[in-house]
Amino acid sequence: MEILVCIKQVPDAKDVRLDPETNTLAREGVQSIMNPYDRHALEEGVRIREQLGGQVTALSMGPPQAEEVLREAIACGADRGVLVSDRAFAGSDTWATSYTLAMAARTLGTFDLVLCGKQAIDGDTAQVGPGLACRLNMSYATCVQKTREVDKEAIVVERMMDDGYDVLRLPLPALLTVVKDINEPRVPSLKGKMKAKKARITTLSADDIGAVPEHIGLAGSPTQVVKVFTPKPRGDRMIFSGTAEEQVEQLLEQLEPYL
Amino acid sequence: MLIVDEEKCIGCGVCEANCSFGAISVVDGIAVVGDGCTLCGSCVDTCEPEALHIEATGKTATVDLDEWSGIWVIVEFRHGTVAPVGFELLGVGRQLADQRGVPLSGIILGDRVAETAGDLIAAGADQVYLVEHPELAQYREDVYGRVLERLIREHKPEVVLAGATAIGRSLIPQVATVLGAGLTADCTQLAIREEDGMLLQTRPAFGGNIMATIECPFSRPQMATVRPRVMAPLPRDAGRSGEVIRVELPEDIYQSRVEVLENVISDQDDVNIQEQEILVAGGRGTDGEKGFAMLRELAEELGGGVAASRAAVDSGWISYPHQVGQTGKTVCPKLYVACGISGAIQHAVGMQSAETVVAINRDPAAPIYDIATYGLVGDLFEIVPLLTRKLREKKTS
Repeated sequence: MEILVCIKQVPDAKDVRLDPETNTLAREGVQSIMNPYDRHALEEGVRIREQLGGQVTALSMGPPQAEEVLREAIACGADRGVLVSDRAFAGSDTWATSYTLAMAARTLGTFDLVLCGKQAIDGDTAQVGPGLACRLNMSYATCVQKTREVDKEAIVVERMMDDGYDVLRLPLPALLTVVKDINEPRVPSLKGKMKAKKARITTLSADDIGAVPEHIGLAGSPTQVVKVFTPKPRGDRMIFSGTAEEQVEQLLEQLEPYL
Repeated sequence: MLIVDEEKCIGCGVCEANCSFGAISVVDGIAVVGDGCTLCGSCVDTCEPEALHIEATGKTATVDLDEWSGIWVIVEFRHGTVAPVGFELLGVGRQLADQRGVPLSGIILGDRVAETAGDLIAAGADQVYLVEHPELAQYREDVYGRVLERLIREHKPEVVLAGATAIGRSLIPQVATVLGAGLTADCTQLAIREEDGMLLQTRPAFGGNIMATIECPFSRPQMATVRPRVMAPLPRDAGRSGEVIRVELPEDIYQSRVEVLENVISDQDDVNIQEQEILVAGGRGTDGEKGFAMLRELAEELGGGVAASRAAVDSGWISYPHQVGQTGKTVCPKLYVACGISGAIQHAVGMQSAETVVAINRDPAAPIYDIATYGLVGDLFEIVPLLTRKLREKKTS
């Protein structure tokens, strides 16, 4: 089975804080990590390969530094890592991103299964997965919390809904976006880490994937940013002091309308 | 590309200080653009020497914008019920339609949806498109996607709004991709720009640390999803009249490659935290299931429900449907009591529009206090039971 896992390198969200003085994001010491949902997607891909045989390809669209997460993917079981990177991709919105990833995927071959994380923790739109499925003409399901069965023809999954979940049978080729409940990712083995260190990461440019300039980067993005601003702070606040008893009394006075 | 005019650049560093993405910095007295640049243009606006500009892409509209008219709201229907977010979107849709002087339409797909038309009109719709078919009883990505694509291409609405629900987040990105349309997810504000009638879509970015306003100048329709409980519905007006249009489509559009084998409905009835007016939420500081049992008691006294931060859910102390935040639910209760929650931005985006926020934490420097209306500093294992006890005493006295 040919399995493609899409991976994004993102800033570690819990370290990103707004600097109250400058009203900008404090960036010192913010680590870059593999998008957590993608880690689960990768793990699922590796498990399915262990079950049915085949190859897991990790693909990432990003700056040259994103090579780090592809090596990490290899350490965690991917057979190879591919980076699609080009200055021309700057300013890509989700439409241009799914176009770029689809062109890269087609350049690499045909896949039976494509796995993505539910959303990236920086952009947070959850739009690229379905967009990619649409471009690759694959059936897809988002927020998959479990793979029940998989064979060469089809995959049966549990797809989260607001009121519970649905059990779906999708024919292959298919694309899934996954949530964290789907599995517990393994810790990279020593062997895996050594393989990752020695691996050659293939880098593809816009030309390599046959990307049309009108469909990539800022030019290829139907959404455009008008402005970026800091949110208005909330109104007045009251921080109580004193013993626990005293603070609770003060709070109860204020909460009268809710009781 | 963001271009630095090296002759004009004075290396003042204002751009570096203002960049939300850390993508421009002064090196050897000249601004240098890094890989993280998103071409948002904020630095261009703040550069006094006018040394920065974004290269024009030479892009022009891919469609004739004048042909696209009307505001559409895709209303979700599942297991016999209209998802409440549909009514909320008709509320904001009404404002947009009035500003543009165009009709507001509700689009509903499902089986046996005919009875909903009256409710959608009472909620503000001028027209309701009913797509009724047994094959639409179950949400399947391919059928719903094809139907919507077809309707949009035929009727050319300028704006399409949908709820950022499980279905919305699966369906709308597919439709946007196939139409080449711009889509902005999780909008918190929608408005029409006076000068050109363009839809301005505002959403939190970078986990909510900053807000971004987005437009779709070159493509149609302009699409946006909105989370439940962010917009307000109009008061129901049964006197409103509107047109009901039954849509007939060829049978083959309903052929799906996907089989729905089972619908499993969650049997926990206290998981609908979005409907609760009062929530008591626990975070890392709650330290376990026992901590949550304590919060549950407080919630019962207040007549509310229990919610949680991602840290608590990831630790297994409470289940995911209770999670509030960037990767959980957005809630808008009247009262939100945050216990042992640091208030990191990823949580704050899920609850910051609560009317009143009470923060109880051991750490006076926790960011939760920046968004709290009332803050208590101390041991929550002392404060919470005390609060619960005093509330009980008040009731009995």
